[in-house]
Amino acid sequence: MAKAKDSSAPILALNDVSKVFGGYRALHDVSLNVYPGQVLCLLGDNGAGKSTLIKVLSGFHQPTSGTLEWEGEEANFKSPKDANDRGIATVHQFGGTFPLMTIGRSFFVGVEPTKGWGPFKRFNKKYANETAVREMQALGITRVTDGDRLIGSLSGGERQASAIARAVHFGAKVLILDEPTAALGVKEATHVLRIIMQAKLKGIAVILVTHNVTHALTVGDHFAVLIRGEKADDFKKGERTREQITDLMAGGEAMAELEEELNTLTGTINRVN
Amino acid sequence: MAGQTKSRFDFGTLLRRPEFGALIGTIVVFVFFSVAGGEPFTDLGGWAAWLNVASELGIIALPVALIMIAGDLDLSVGSTIAAGGVTMAVVSGFFDVPTPIGVVAGLAFGALIGFINGIIIVRTNLPSFVVTLATQFAVFGLVLGLCKLITGTVAVNVKADEGVKAIFGTLLFGNFETAIVIWAVLALLVAWILIKTKYGNWIYAIGGDMVSAKATGIPVNKVRVWLFVGSGTASALVGVIQASLYDSAQVSGGASFVFNSIIAVVVGGVLLTGGYGSVVGVILGTMTFAIVSQGIFFTGWDSDWASLILGGLLLVAVLTNNTFRRLAFSSGKKKG
Repeated sequence: MAKAKDSSAPILALNDVSKVFGGYRALHDVSLNVYPGQVLCLLGDNGAGKSTLIKVLSGFHQPTSGTLEWEGEEANFKSPKDANDRGIATVHQFGGTFPLMTIGRSFFVGVEPTKGWGPFKRFNKKYANETAVREMQALGITRVTDGDRLIGSLSGGERQASAIARAVHFGAKVLILDEPTAALGVKEATHVLRIIMQAKLKGIAVILVTHNVTHALTVGDHFAVLIRGEKADDFKKGERTREQITDLMAGGEAMAELEEELNTLTGTINRVN
Repeated sequence: MAGQTKSRFDFGTLLRRPEFGALIGTIVVFVFFSVAGGEPFTDLGGWAAWLNVASELGIIALPVALIMIAGDLDLSVGSTIAAGGVTMAVVSGFFDVPTPIGVVAGLAFGALIGFINGIIIVRTNLPSFVVTLATQFAVFGLVLGLCKLITGTVAVNVKADEGVKAIFGTLLFGNFETAIVIWAVLALLVAWILIKTKYGNWIYAIGGDMVSAKATGIPVNKVRVWLFVGSGTASALVGVIQASLYDSAQVSGGASFVFNSIIAVVVGGVLLTGGYGSVVGVILGTMTFAIVSQGIFFTGWDSDWASLILGGLLLVAVLTNNTFRRLAFSSGKKKG
């Protein structure tokens, strides 16, 4: 098996995990290994089960059958907080989820730094703002200098960066990124990919959910393709060509066939005209 | 060093705060009624007239604002006011138990109503709008039924003892209700909670995105229940204040507070969608409401026009809140 070649042990593993919603099987016997300091790309078309899979990984759903392993031991994530406490951080498509909060405040939601004593204990805004800005700048977001700015005033890439910076700051061991580049322009997407590489170099295990094959191939170390809730393929960097991956993602149906079909269609139209 | 910005006055930043709209609203209605109402509105009696209304409304608007920032609504404050006042009047007026005990009983009943609201909302996941509307009616019926059963009337007399009267039901300088002081203290307390404690951060986060707030480990349901306990207790407090002031409590008292409190909060810049708002804004919104509803009496016009003005103000406030929200999103400060 491929995993025997890896020097380090997986930090997080799924063994034959299935998830059934009222008769509908969203995940079917999926096994995955997530390694520290590597980027695992979860590829698949819409409805392939990517969202369900990351919800199982982040504690939102419990698997119907199969087991999870955390740092080599069988584990059960009872809640998102439980997964969060172990060091699994999830960043959603639009990054910072509290658009009307300031950068400093949203950075510390749920773990507010305080100063003072007893009834005079109060939110340490200065520390919160400085830390949030410093951590974002460390990821190359130099345009952000004021922790009092609202999250909603940041660009899509900056919001992703603020959420990733937060995860890194609080010592995330596994970082789940759900379509981080989907809503971004080319330049911003490049920046987010660079930040992903930085997180990886810090030894964080990154799970990147995407259906952009180019982005996946740029940063991915290993890849898993989901089709209708099943793991259709699992391979390492360089083991498949871009065409093979694209074909897989289209549901196994060869893209070439589709192209041919399209050609005949446009051909018909051209003839009519 | 990163993150160092001068706290220099910045007009652009001020413009982006929703309280700015509330401030303009307060100034405009105050100037308007000062001109239209003349001397009687601007002298001590005029100030007392609207400050008294503002204080009672404000005591409820502050906790209601917290609930709305957290993304919920409380429509049960009306009957909770009556429940607090009538409980105190029945305990201390009808049964002659010392008034401090009557006050505590009234406040406890209010807290209980809030607690029940909160528990039903977090357990059933029903919209707070529907649940509190239901309790508004249920509590009104309960108070009316029990009051008639026990006392045989719908208005109960109560003579508060000196201490209670001094705190809740005295007119300072012959004009100003002690409720104004209570309102000011409560405003400081709520501002402290919102800005200076982690609970404030939690309230904003819950209103911003409840699912994410839950994921970060915030005890979302506990916070929401406590917020309803807060507004229940504050509503009952207003009932106690009214009973102490007028020496009687009525079953029907308070219905107008349900929508008035929401108007005050929204005019004060709190977003209907939750996640944003401030104590300063809510105070200004409450003042605006009180100035309009009382100022009209000084103009000599039919007081019905006040509702027209308030309705218009509410509409303008919602529109400007949306604009300010957009401005807040349009990238923050200029460089320099």
